[in-house]
Amino acid sequence: MSSELIFQPITALAAKLAAKQISAVELTEAVIARRRAVDGRVRAFTAFNDADARAQAAASDSRRAAGQSLGLLDGIPVGLKDVIAVKDQPLTASSKMLANFVSPYDATATVRLKAAGAVLYGRLNCDEFAMGSSTENSAFHPTANPWDLTRVPGGSSGGSAAALAAGELIATLGSDTGGSIRQPAALCGVVGLKPTYGLISRYGLVAYASSLDQMGPLTRTVEDAGIVLGAIAGHDERDSTSYPAEIPNYQAELAKRRGPWKLGIPKEYFGEGLDPEIGAAMERAIAFYTQQGCEIREVSLPHTQYCLDTYYIIATAEASSNLARFDGIRYGHRSKQAKDVVDIYFQSRAEGFGAEVKRRIILGTYVLSSGYYDAYYVRAQKVRTLIRQDFLNAYQDVDALITPTSPIPAFKLGEKSDPLAMYLCDIYTIGVNLAGLPAISVPCGFTSSNLPIGLQLIGQPFQEANLLAIAATYERAHDWGARHPQL
Amino acid sequence: MSAPADLNIDRVAKLARIALTPEEKATFSQQLGQVLHHIEQLSKLDVSGVEPSAHAFAVHNVWQNDVARPGLPVDQALRNAPAQRDNMIAVPKVVE
Repeated sequence: MSSELIFQPITALAAKLAAKQISAVELTEAVIARRRAVDGRVRAFTAFNDADARAQAAASDSRRAAGQSLGLLDGIPVGLKDVIAVKDQPLTASSKMLANFVSPYDATATVRLKAAGAVLYGRLNCDEFAMGSSTENSAFHPTANPWDLTRVPGGSSGGSAAALAAGELIATLGSDTGGSIRQPAALCGVVGLKPTYGLISRYGLVAYASSLDQMGPLTRTVEDAGIVLGAIAGHDERDSTSYPAEIPNYQAELAKRRGPWKLGIPKEYFGEGLDPEIGAAMERAIAFYTQQGCEIREVSLPHTQYCLDTYYIIATAEASSNLARFDGIRYGHRSKQAKDVVDIYFQSRAEGFGAEVKRRIILGTYVLSSGYYDAYYVRAQKVRTLIRQDFLNAYQDVDALITPTSPIPAFKLGEKSDPLAMYLCDIYTIGVNLAGLPAISVPCGFTSSNLPIGLQLIGQPFQEANLLAIAATYERAHDWGARHPQL
Repeated sequence: MSAPADLNIDRVAKLARIALTPEEKATFSQQLGQVLHHIEQLSKLDVSGVEPSAHAFAVHNVWQNDVARPGLPVDQALRNAPAQRDNMIAVPKVVE
């Protein structure tokens, strides 16, 4: 019974809970048992509190018994990437710098998940401060891909994707600054949604690059992604970049919207470096949409080749500024070696940050430094304007774009030791963040080595309902989500 | 745009307030040299007349009502402090 429960979507479990076929406590016990059985190998969690989860589940069952259920998420175990604050729970950003930090408050998304009755269970591993594409940059331990334990789950939200794929949670939240929800979702065979910038409040999200960061759900189905999105999206005065958008009932909208749509194929996303098996899976997906009566057009995003460089200037510049707060004074790691107050900064940061975080802070400091600011940072911001304009031009003709999520399937742990090689994993996902657009990765097949492949659909700003409907059209006709890793 | 060789690792590490070991300096200089070499291609692009974007969407001043609200209680605000004394964060002596 429990092995059946853990791989079901929210929609199915919510129906069972509503019909009182299962209780929230039973469901939470199934999730806890699964974590115990497999997380020694997957290592998706950085922390968990079984007793706390059981108490939340019992409270959910009491509400339901009293006829006061809070809706579809009431009693559903949801795990959060360890960069999203939950009051009184650890918040480490998978960094030694915050190894002992306990959140004094809830993120806005956390407040909303609690209000929806979700059982918040576990802190999920990631690349340190969400900087990376493999979760190998975690200061604690790497996470393994459940489909092949010798391979990475992707990153930076690797724990969120791996825990879900392994059946250790029913839904998770990640954060996406350059592809950190979508790429691990693709590599682990689950759905990952990065919403439009501003749709979900960033209050309580550990800041990496504030103009690019956005939280989002990882789920088993597109419909589930819509349910979680609907619960956490919406204006929040605690985030000045939060957008006052109308939040529709995504579940109802995606059932209603059946197309056909005009879909664009950006030719720059199908060039050199794309794994042939992923390319073939894309061709099959495009053929499917054609059969559905969608009009497929080739489009051009001419500044695509500049996305990676633009991203690594803007993201590192913002990171160097955001991470300046870690000074060893008010919270976080304080070095015991420091000679004086100023030395506390130098030594605490030297001891508390890992190599990739130091590299990005150094690069970001450099591109913002006197004499280089205009040449690097301002120029990158101008190129960002051009990149965004490319997308908006394409949307004159099409409703959404189809691309691969990742150029390659899950690679071996330790395979990419060169930072630049790792950065190239994000070439299909970072343009979306620079332009602030919504995008979703949906499972679309497996390689001959049984590794998942992800299809990326990129939508128009704040048109998540359309994006989910386009993704669900594909999902309904395929059963990739029915496969689970053997652990 | 300046050549990658311009990255003076000692100067930048000092600006970033990070103490680097000699090994880290050598490794980061080499790795960031590669990244900056890749970034050089941006200098080929004509961006004259293009407005810079700080955000994907134009952000205007966002005002909140000037209303007092409770902040974090002292014990909560200090719970993650590395050292504290008398409801304050403690640091080594700054002035002799």
